[in-house]
Amino acid sequence: MHAKIIGLLGALLLLAACSSPPPEPPAGPPGPPGGAGGIGSRSIVPGSQQDLEATAGDRVFFAFDRSDITPESQQILTRQADWLRRYPNVTVTIEGHCDERGTREYNLALGERRAQAVKNVLVASGIPASRISTISYGKERPAVVGSTEEAHAQNRRAVTVVN
Amino acid sequence: MKRQCAILAGAVIAAFAILHSGGPVRAELRIDITSGKVEPMPIAIPALAGGAPNESQAGQDLAGVVSADLERSGLFRPLDPRSFIQNVSVFDIQPRFGDWRQINAQALVTGSVKTQGDGRLRVEFRLWDVFAEQQLTGYGYTTTQQNWRRIAHIIADEIYKRITGEEGYFDTRIVYISEAGSPEKRIKRLAIMDQDGANNRFLTDGRTLVLTPRFSPTSQEITYLSYANGSPRVYLFNIDTGQQEVVGDFPGMTFAPRFSPDGNRVVLSRAENGVSNLFALDLRTRRPTRLTDSQAIDTSPCFAPDGSKIVFNSDRGGSQQLYVMSAAGGDARRISFGSGKYGTPVWSPRGDLIAFTKIDSGSFFIGVMRPDGSGERLLTRDFLVEGPTWAPNGRVLMYFRQSPTDSRGHGGSVRLYSIDLTGSNQREVTTPQDASDPAWSPLLR
Repeated sequence: MHAKIIGLLGALLLLAACSSPPPEPPAGPPGPPGGAGGIGSRSIVPGSQQDLEATAGDRVFFAFDRSDITPESQQILTRQADWLRRYPNVTVTIEGHCDERGTREYNLALGERRAQAVKNVLVASGIPASRISTISYGKERPAVVGSTEEAHAQNRRAVTVVN
Repeated sequence: MKRQCAILAGAVIAAFAILHSGGPVRAELRIDITSGKVEPMPIAIPALAGGAPNESQAGQDLAGVVSADLERSGLFRPLDPRSFIQNVSVFDIQPRFGDWRQINAQALVTGSVKTQGDGRLRVEFRLWDVFAEQQLTGYGYTTTQQNWRRIAHIIADEIYKRITGEEGYFDTRIVYISEAGSPEKRIKRLAIMDQDGANNRFLTDGRTLVLTPRFSPTSQEITYLSYANGSPRVYLFNIDTGQQEVVGDFPGMTFAPRFSPDGNRVVLSRAENGVSNLFALDLRTRRPTRLTDSQAIDTSPCFAPDGSKIVFNSDRGGSQQLYVMSAAGGDARRISFGSGKYGTPVWSPRGDLIAFTKIDSGSFFIGVMRPDGSGERLLTRDFLVEGPTWAPNGRVLMYFRQSPTDSRGHGGSVRLYSIDLTGSNQREVTTPQDASDPAWSPLLR
């Protein structure tokens, strides 16, 4: 229970950091290669992954062993839905991820549940389900290395990836 | 690679015969392995006698592998060959038991290696009770030269069986996931090796993420999860041919596969719309049967050895716990009631226990309980231990242990360990790279 509260606080802190524009990736270790790249002086291609990250934020975070969409996540997903409406030809894959503190197979299911929760919000915002696929990586692809609660909080995520 | 595999699998152990006449005599020499703390039995295993240089080399290698197997079981203490008084380089002579008593050997193994006219090896061994001055057992085997390690494991199994009264588990293999690279881009490959770590071989090239392999109880097949073509599905891998084939190709992710005891079905999870349910897939018809219909995560299913029931973990009650239901599906009964969460239940081949991973108060545990949930016992605790698998005799478990990682990526090593059912004799299993998700094969014979 205690760990859960800490986890939630950690996630909230991160969300606070992430939801204030511009949504650069959290400070500290860099995000996954190919995901958060392209920051710098290069111009951002409209409708690209970099555009999604800069305009809406590409990821939302979850509390330990949970898949609820927090109010902060809801805001990011509202911006993602707006962005997707602007680029009607773009399709995306929602990747669901977990921290390392669960069993492998359960985490695969939990990652799928998180991805689906994000998809449901986007569909409820009017984005056709046919534009959104989901995949779970369970605990196989952490964004941040480390066995700390800060790292775990950043790894409990669903990332919207432009196909 | 395929070729080597075919040779291994096809190398038949021909013509074995009990060397001593008359039925085996139940002697006093015996290890009771049901008690918690066992004093390892001192055993002398001199090199098997050989004439030609290649034969004496094989005799030495065979004795080395037999010694290592028995030593790792924690039940035997092979004595240092330098302490041996009698030279048993001639097989047929009677042991001078006094010489072996003097170095406190309770058991003695003698044997011989001969090359036959067809180039194959003839290996014979005898197990002696040093104090009763009596032969306990003895067998002979004929095999190809490359196959000598299997003969050593089979001999170790015979010794283990004669002394403990339990089936051995040395002539077995482990399929597992070999890991390398940084945590964010971990490269995972299917790998297979003998239970002692020898003959390691990679079955996939690492371009595709693969997880959770499990042996077929009846054929040279492995079922596992592969992210081939970017969609996680349950696959079959044929060890002899190297052929890979998707079997769980339904809408949504399929994962957590395990064979039924008769090898005809695979039970697995299918995730769709945020819920994961259990299905049994008939490998002959490829038709899936739904086993659970919950709005929860039902996963990590495993059949009872008689095929009548399935144990799995589910968060249908609010947290991840263990449940048992009929193999046909339907109502499930919760069996785990301790504090914390429970996952990865695996039914013992003997049917008497279920091993599991437990997560409680920030630690991971490997434990066992009876199929009705009573008698929970935790065998080991660490930062992260997960995924127990049973040796075919139900006496030893293997699992993986991951150490914590710091923010620079230091640490985070993942290794295989074996442990006795009593919680003693925890040993690392040597692998060339990091390793996880071990699955123990049945006895190869």
